[in-house]
Amino acid sequence: MTQISNLTQSRSFSFALIALLAVVMALLPFFAPRAVVQDLFMILALTVLALNWNMLAGFAGLVSVGQQAFVGIGAYTAFAGVILYGLDPLTGVLIAGIVAMVLSIPVAFFTFRLNGAYFAIATWVVADILRLAFSQWKAVGGGTGTSLPKGTTKDMLGVQAIKDALDVSSAAAADTMLYWLVLALALVTLVASYMFLRSRMGLGLQAIRDNVNAARSVGVDPLRLKALVFLLTAFGTGICGALIFLQLGRITPNSAFAVTDWTAFVIFIVVIGGIGTLPGPIIGAVVFYILKRLLSDYGSVYLIVLGLIGIAIMLFARRGLWGMLKERTGFDLLPLSHRPPAAVQTTKEGALT
Amino acid sequence: MPILSLRNVSKNFGALKVTDDVTFDLDAGQALGIIGPNGAGKSTLFNLITGNIRPNAGQVFLDGVDVTQQSPMDRCRSGVGRSFQIPQPFGHLSVYENLLVAARFGAQLSAAEAEARCMEILRQTGLAASAGKPSGGLSLLSRKRLELARAMATNPRVILLDEIAGGLTEGECGELVDTIKGIHASGTAIIWIEHVLHALTRVVEKLLVLNFGRVLMIGTPAEVMASDQVREIYLGAEA
Repeated sequence: MTQISNLTQSRSFSFALIALLAVVMALLPFFAPRAVVQDLFMILALTVLALNWNMLAGFAGLVSVGQQAFVGIGAYTAFAGVILYGLDPLTGVLIAGIVAMVLSIPVAFFTFRLNGAYFAIATWVVADILRLAFSQWKAVGGGTGTSLPKGTTKDMLGVQAIKDALDVSSAAAADTMLYWLVLALALVTLVASYMFLRSRMGLGLQAIRDNVNAARSVGVDPLRLKALVFLLTAFGTGICGALIFLQLGRITPNSAFAVTDWTAFVIFIVVIGGIGTLPGPIIGAVVFYILKRLLSDYGSVYLIVLGLIGIAIMLFARRGLWGMLKERTGFDLLPLSHRPPAAVQTTKEGALT
Repeated sequence: MPILSLRNVSKNFGALKVTDDVTFDLDAGQALGIIGPNGAGKSTLFNLITGNIRPNAGQVFLDGVDVTQQSPMDRCRSGVGRSFQIPQPFGHLSVYENLLVAARFGAQLSAAEAEARCMEILRQTGLAASAGKPSGGLSLLSRKRLELARAMATNPRVILLDEIAGGLTEGECGELVDTIKGIHASGTAIIWIEHVLHALTRVVEKLLVLNFGRVLMIGTPAEVMASDQVREIYLGAEA
């Protein structure tokens, strides 16, 4: 009974902590400098990308090295919506997610025929094909890319209201709006991931990750579940890509489809935070961003240090920073396990209670 | 009508014929043992029944319905449960969660129904004390029990057991046989591949002898054991 009540308390505590953190973060633009809001925007965007990649690799066993494809598709869709069709950027963001999800269907059709390292390479190849294809799209700048028309984000729905409420410049109000949007996206991604993983489908997904053959033999359909997760993460990654590049205001094929920025760093974040856990990517994103800020003046040394940290974590703390913390304290945030009902809980000696 | 029928089922891996024109019936509630030397095609036969591999020729019927082209998932949901020769637990999930996957997907039970069913099976298979433990760290006996328990959680009408007594001590084997007899007594049909003959013959009513992918003989354990041909190919005794 103690285990169950601990778990319930842990879940209640997790949600209370997340709610409190969300409120504090939502209120930050009212008193924090604009630079802090911009930094937090990027941490939250990386968290969203990491949560999505973690769903793929940590829970579905799909190690994709091509998630930058959906960042790029999302970003270009939003830019195309604004530049070519005069859409409000917010509408563009929503369409970006839908387009990324729709395009993930043919990507899944081809890449799901492969497994393991072959799947990883195939996703990378698809992303690079897309990068080359988008560099041919002259209407959005071709290979040299393009910028958003002047004042686009400032005219975005809700920006004027924020400007009046906070008494800040239009640029700062636009930053705040995008920050709130990415905060909302991070919260939705976190809660949706938790609910999905706690559901019947999440249980099946974890079974597939552990043993595909055994999962099939108990009625789990691996293809259907993996495809569902691939589509949903493409949606989240596409929206995130759109938000990132709306905030940057400029897009090029090389930046939107950058394997280093949107996949390699994301893998690093998940690995150091704790793959296959929900708090892991959040912790990883914060640590990564701090390291990035601290080491950004050291050129390529920065990448070497990141690599060494990644290797050290993989060798000495395979469950990442969150796993290490959980092991030492016994506390779990957002626990995913399904505990056996009280009647089969056991005492320390193993006897039935 | 038999619950499971195989009709002229054959399977080749390249030039090697591993299953050769196999035909047999299994009645509801019946327990059939399959014996044969290593490489006789016993596990391949299981994979053909569960749909993990498709035959080159022949048909598999479940309750008279041709399921030859059905996926392993569909066959599981139609009532075919199985255990693996080498235990294949979902290593990061607990013992209870392993069963929960099977009950939610294979038996398609609601959350509450699955919970109750898993508790019942955990008690029946002697795994209750390990319910919350990670399945990756279990002892061999517990892993074998888990294989059995997980197959049971799919609510099968036919359960396929692949060398489930292999590697166990005499005492452990006896405990497992008692559990299997309990499952059989509840009306579930069983097909059991086993080299531990004294365990097998305590449960099954019939034995099927497989050699080089072909059915050599089907009969009661006494009839099979009395066959000179079986003794020669399987037990190594000269006719």
